[in-house]
Amino acid sequence: MTSEDPVRPVPGAAPGQSLHAAPSRHTAPSRHTAGAPTGRPTAPDPDRTPDPDRTSAPDRTSAPDPAPLPDALACRGLRYTFGETRAVDGVDLSVRPGEVFGLLGPNGAGKTTAIRCITTLLPVPTGMVRVFGHDAARERMAVRRLLGYVPQQLSADAGLTGRENVALFARVFDIPRRERAARVGQALEAVGLTDAANRLASTYSGGMIRRLELAQALVSAPRLLMLDEPTIGLDPIARTTVWEHINVVRAATGMTVLVTTHYMDEAEQYCDRVALMHRGRIRALGTPAELRSDLRARRAQAARTTTTTPSAPRTSASSDVEPTLEDVFRDVAGTGLDEQSGDFRDVRSTRRTATRVG
Amino acid sequence: MSEAPAAPQPGSVEPPAAARHLDLLLIPPRPRTGWRVLPARVVAMCVVELQKLRHDRTELYTRAVQPALWLVVFGETFTRIKAIPTGGTPYIDYLAPGIIAQSAMFIAIFYGIMIIWERDAGILTKLLVTPTPRSALIAGKAFAAGLKALLQAVVVIVIAALLGVAMTWNPLRLLGVAVAVILGSAFFSCLSISIAGIVLTRDRLMGIGQAITMPLFFASNALYPVAVMPGWLQTVSRINPLSYQVDALRGLLLGTPSHLGLDFAVLAAASVAGIAAASALLGRLAR
Ligand SMILES: Nc1ncnc2c1ncn2[C@@H]1O[C@H](COP(=O)(O)OP(=O)(O)O)[C@@H](O)[C@H]1O
Ligand SMILES: [Mg+2]
Repeated sequence: MTSEDPVRPVPGAAPGQSLHAAPSRHTAPSRHTAGAPTGRPTAPDPDRTPDPDRTSAPDRTSAPDPAPLPDALACRGLRYTFGETRAVDGVDLSVRPGEVFGLLGPNGAGKTTAIRCITTLLPVPTGMVRVFGHDAARERMAVRRLLGYVPQQLSADAGLTGRENVALFARVFDIPRRERAARVGQALEAVGLTDAANRLASTYSGGMIRRLELAQALVSAPRLLMLDEPTIGLDPIARTTVWEHINVVRAATGMTVLVTTHYMDEAEQYCDRVALMHRGRIRALGTPAELRSDLRARRAQAARTTTTTPSAPRTSASSDVEPTLEDVFRDVAGTGLDEQSGDFRDVRSTRRTATRVG
Repeated sequence: MSEAPAAPQPGSVEPPAAARHLDLLLIPPRPRTGWRVLPARVVAMCVVELQKLRHDRTELYTRAVQPALWLVVFGETFTRIKAIPTGGTPYIDYLAPGIIAQSAMFIAIFYGIMIIWERDAGILTKLLVTPTPRSALIAGKAFAAGLKALLQAVVVIVIAALLGVAMTWNPLRLLGVAVAVILGSAFFSCLSISIAGIVLTRDRLMGIGQAITMPLFFASNALYPVAVMPGWLQTVSRINPLSYQVDALRGLLLGTPSHLGLDFAVLAAASVAGIAAASALLGRLAR
């Protein structure tokens, strides 16, 4: 944490909230959507059945106009295999324009692979992925122009200043010279890096690099922001700051955000809807509140409670306690989020080895 | 990690001022199309290279040491021995274009190796999600390598001039020198990017990079005329683009007999082939 990281709270963020502990139990709909001009919902789903595997999601906002826009993102039977590993194994997703959608799952669940398929980094067959109606296989350039992408890794160019890092992306997105400086300035301002803009990125803290990457993604005015574990490895204040900037930008621009995380508390706090992913599949989907209340209903109905695993003693699962998203995950995946989560470097090194062998 | 330092109370804050000044971030830029994309991406990559060099020039200087040693030690010595038939040119003059080409080639090959670093650091990944066709990205990188090599060549030319090598100062000829350096470097950077696309890991690429640079240098006319080589080496030298680059540089800088038309044709064709091969293999690096 350097002093350059401004400490600004997020509405609804509980101070002193721990990184891995159970998320706070505040109710869902009070979050950042309040200021968002474009929380355009699609038609609500009237009769929702508490299906344990797939929970459909009615929209909780009350804005009246169901927009005729295509989904910001539609995945149909998305699959990707690395040799024997079925990293993504039949994912169906619809992300609505203007929402913050969380793809939640432990390391190795296939989140990054799914993101890389959507961003055209990995080849997918026609018809599997559509971004605002554009097919990721046939209209790569059109899809890329709609996307702002922040990969899991911290990936700013350390040999350039913050401003130069952002200007590069302005150039490759064809922003004309006369607009470039102003746009780059706005992108940097949006993430609170104006003062540090002329310093080399090698002097930035982790949280600042993340925000710089956010500025790089924002400068081209994307309509779908793809953030792969944007807060991984950051300290709590930097995490909060990153999320705060995401929310401000979303509120100001109405961008759709697809974010992956393995932090349940973040998903609970900042996402309109979440999909719980495990071993390449979506195990549950809905607003955090729905997922929790569905689990409560299931527990009450079946009197079947999830058993407490020794590694997570806080999950004192009983049907009268409000369940957390973590409990929901445990229920639908049969395992906790932390159980198989190694350090992300482990995943990378396994990946390199896999590449070598394969 | 389990406790966040005290943050201000939630719910009591205005959205930061930033929110009010994001109007430009709402308007998507008009896409460039067709032939305009390629030059725009080349410029973008070259600008990055210049910005990096502005922040840190040490590489330019440290990489000048080796060519200086070649010219001072090898050049001066062999000028005295007169062991190599150069057709009347002092050996150090004969050597200078070879050393310019060599240092440019080293830069270019190392630049290609850097693409593995950029892949591992996620920088390449992000560029691949921009509206940049792979061939345009590779061409951008190749010409950025050429630009960097050109700056290096300027340093070596200055060193050679200080050592008394008699070179032309005709601006047209110097322009030709610049083109030859850039084309040759574009080829060599694409060569190492292609190898990167095949071997995929940093360690293996480093090994191969080291292994190929010296043979490419020795199996060329950089140090001695092709005529004095054994037959098999002459064959290798004839398919080595470095030979054509050196021939062009010698002809332009010293005015010795050369085949400028053939040289530039080979260098241009090699660059195009290199860009095509590297673009085709880039997908393997993205995976
Ligand atoms: N390049 C790769 N080569 C081989 N296997 C891979 C590669 N990338 C990911 N995997 C495997 O695919 C699975 C999903 O990985 P990933 O998408 O990175 O998960 P997550 O992002 O949810 O942590 C893991 O089992 C991982 O080991
Ligand atoms: Mg991941």
